[in-house]
Amino acid sequence: MANYIFKRLIAMFPVMLGLTVIVFTIMAMIPGDPALAILGSYATPENVEKLNRDLGLDKPLVEQYLIWLGNLLTGDLGRSYNLNRPVLDEVLERFSATLILAGASLLLCSILGLLAGVISAVHQFGWADRAITFLVLIGISMPSFWLGLLLILVFAVNLKWLPASGMYAIYGGGDLADLFSHLLLPAFTLAVVATGVIARLTRASMLEVLRQDYIRTARAKGVAERSVIYKHAFKAALVTVIPVIGIQAGLVLGGAVYIETVFQWPGIGRMLVKAISTRDILLVQGGVLVVAASYVLFNLLADVVQHLLDPRLKS
Amino acid sequence: MSTRPGNLSLFLNNKLAAVGLGALATVLVLALLTPVFPLMDPDATALVNRLKLPLEDGHILGTDHLGRDLLSRLLWGTRVSILVGLSATLIAALFGSAIGLVAGYVGGRTDHLLMRGIDMLMAFPYILLALAIVAVLGPGLLNALYAIALVNIPFFARNIRGITLSLSRRDFVDAARLSGKSHTQILLTEVLPNVLPIIVITMSTTVGWMILETAGLSFLGLGAQPPQADLGSMLGEGRKLLFTSPHVSIIPGIMIFILVMSINLVGDGVRDVLDPRLKSGVLSRPAAKTKVAPRTTESTPLELPSNIVLDVRDLSTEFRLGNEVYKSVGGVSFQLIKKECLGLVGESGSGKSVTALSLLGLAPTPPGIITAGQVLYDGSDLLDADLEELRHLRGNRISYIFQDPLSTLHPLFTVGDQIAETIRSHYAIPFQQAWSRSVELLDMVRIPNAEGRANAYPHELSGGMRQRVGIAMALANDASIIIADEPTTALDVTVQAEVLKLLDQLRVEKQASLLFITHDFGVVSELCDRVAVMYAGRIIEMGTTSQILDNPQHPYTRKLIACVPVLGQPNRRLDTIEGLPPPVNRLPDGCAFAPRCDQAIEACLSGGLVLDDIGDGHVVECIRAREVTA
Repeated sequence: MANYIFKRLIAMFPVMLGLTVIVFTIMAMIPGDPALAILGSYATPENVEKLNRDLGLDKPLVEQYLIWLGNLLTGDLGRSYNLNRPVLDEVLERFSATLILAGASLLLCSILGLLAGVISAVHQFGWADRAITFLVLIGISMPSFWLGLLLILVFAVNLKWLPASGMYAIYGGGDLADLFSHLLLPAFTLAVVATGVIARLTRASMLEVLRQDYIRTARAKGVAERSVIYKHAFKAALVTVIPVIGIQAGLVLGGAVYIETVFQWPGIGRMLVKAISTRDILLVQGGVLVVAASYVLFNLLADVVQHLLDPRLKS
Repeated sequence: MSTRPGNLSLFLNNKLAAVGLGALATVLVLALLTPVFPLMDPDATALVNRLKLPLEDGHILGTDHLGRDLLSRLLWGTRVSILVGLSATLIAALFGSAIGLVAGYVGGRTDHLLMRGIDMLMAFPYILLALAIVAVLGPGLLNALYAIALVNIPFFARNIRGITLSLSRRDFVDAARLSGKSHTQILLTEVLPNVLPIIVITMSTTVGWMILETAGLSFLGLGAQPPQADLGSMLGEGRKLLFTSPHVSIIPGIMIFILVMSINLVGDGVRDVLDPRLKSGVLSRPAAKTKVAPRTTESTPLELPSNIVLDVRDLSTEFRLGNEVYKSVGGVSFQLIKKECLGLVGESGSGKSVTALSLLGLAPTPPGIITAGQVLYDGSDLLDADLEELRHLRGNRISYIFQDPLSTLHPLFTVGDQIAETIRSHYAIPFQQAWSRSVELLDMVRIPNAEGRANAYPHELSGGMRQRVGIAMALANDASIIIADEPTTALDVTVQAEVLKLLDQLRVEKQASLLFITHDFGVVSELCDRVAVMYAGRIIEMGTTSQILDNPQHPYTRKLIACVPVLGQPNRRLDTIEGLPPPVNRLPDGCAFAPRCDQAIEACLSGGLVLDDIGDGHVVECIRAREVTA
């Protein structure tokens, strides 16, 4: 297994390198003077010229990329002129908030999605299956940012059960319970679409697995039906669902942009939206890179888990 | 067979898809007719009228914070959102399909390079890439459209490439190439028309997402810029008034929801029609126990004579698919004598496996259903037993060995685990104890290094080894009956003999009866004490092995025996039986073999079939049995 993980880590390098090329290329395509774009339209000509020199923008593109990559490897993502602090510091601080939200969401959508899918498959064409199929359809058709607003209206404004925004209470709080109460609504909202996708797939693969010969064998051995479904069938279905949960990490990390805006969560998505409207290009660059890299790692994690579950993949 | 209904009627038969189509058509008509409706100017501000509630002062849906009429803005905004979503879909479909077609058709390095690029794009979380592109191009509706189109290109490229790749290896493409058509011509006239359904499916499943995502960018203020409104930007503006005037954000949200949901319903419907294999839920899962229809049974005593372990009476199992009824087993009766081996012989489709599976309720339901009969075992009728009663017998008192041990063993558990589970399903013993018993059993079926092999997964063993595991599982508890369904058919000929010998030896040691299902008379002669021959769901002849082999009475049995090659007689003519068995959903009246039988007379074609005892327990179901042999 360690061998496999090592191999996968090596194979990850070209992907990571490709990410940097794409991010660099996109940012290099910005029309006009990048220094001006970074500093904003009120910049003095001296500052623009100095930044151009600092960033090495007078050099050829390939050389620029290599210099940028070199800086990246030493943890230097440049400096946000709007915030007047290193991009890396800002990005990491914001990313930790996003990771809490996205992690909670992934956990939620995995549990809910798998559960709903299994129930749906076991009671195929029954009322529970119909209800779940209908809820899934609603869930994946609903704009998550709108659902967020509705949930705020119901649970924060009307019922006053949960806070409407932020990560911690402004006065007091700051403990785990406080974080949890702030996390509940945004994590749920963010999980809805992914839950639908996972539930649909789990249902389909459970139905497929339950038709297999080895399920008949389990029943012929006298294994209790509960165990046939939750041990024999579920484990086999899980092997096909795990990679898709990895892909949902992308949906969740991306969807965090909306949800963080709706719930004023101090994460990287909200930072990106603000950075785009203030044209803080280096901040956008750093933010996109970190989120994309974490997505690659999530997928790696999913692959490793799949390998742990399925001995056939080892040979 | 009725003719397949047209695509449209198939689509409309799907209730959800029809509802979706209705809703979508309504929204589209509203959007198309918006310019003709007597609406207020969507951008005309009137601060006096700000934040009116729905139905207040002639504003059907109320007004926003600048006093603009929400109904008018909603309809105009819907037009914009649909237009943007559709344009993004068309752009993504155009470029994505082009990339997919070229990559799949040209193949080689071009394919590799293009697909690596596509993979790289897919390594980004979807929305994030769109954000980065908007960051470069600057906020604006058109830029948002480009960004959403671009991030959707990979989906089209991947789907289309896969189909193109398989198409370009087909004969008709080769033929076109030989006829001198250029690559462009082939792509456009031969490949594209075949790929089109997949493009349409991908479009119908992604357009909803694209509308959602462009609305999302506008919601964030990165799409439509004021005063222009699309549904997303209306929501974004309304969000700031959430606490005071929630209707301003709720109304455009409902519209997005209806739009996307109806598109998804239509998309699912289109996919089901164009690509029925993907249809969700056509696969039905078999239940834990075969359904048994209410039966009228004779009120005979359920106790069996002491030399009989199993008495099957008039067992009938049907499979009901649509309007068709397949009578797989049509009234089968036999008794299994203690410690004997009874062979159940027949061609594939004769109902021997379904008979075996029906005994313990393992025939798949749906579509299977047991319609008649009794299965008497140990003082009760197993067809009356509930699942828990059956479960206590399964793998414990009556065990199965199935045909292909690769597909019948669970791929994700070690063989030791699977044997231990068989024991622990019936006896509450600690796992360690069950595990050591598994190792003993593996040793007993002569698997070398049993201790190590217990930790192996099925795919790590050879076919013969796997079937030995199957045998070990069947012997794990103290079975009085073992049902082996073609246990050696999937194995190498050289391994077959060893496995059979082992099976027979062990079951004799355990004093278990064996119901042995096979199509091979050669195996029968070596293994079985008695033989029952099945044809089209019925036992047509039954007797001791020597009675059947030396003195077959039914014309079918004779032909079947004549089919067996005899060692040392390479020149012997092997008879094949003319024709095919009748399909079990179209069984003829009278003898099912009559249409293939060269001895058939008029009377064979009309009913009146009974198993006739012709002496010493040799029974045969043929009205000509006596006269033909006489």
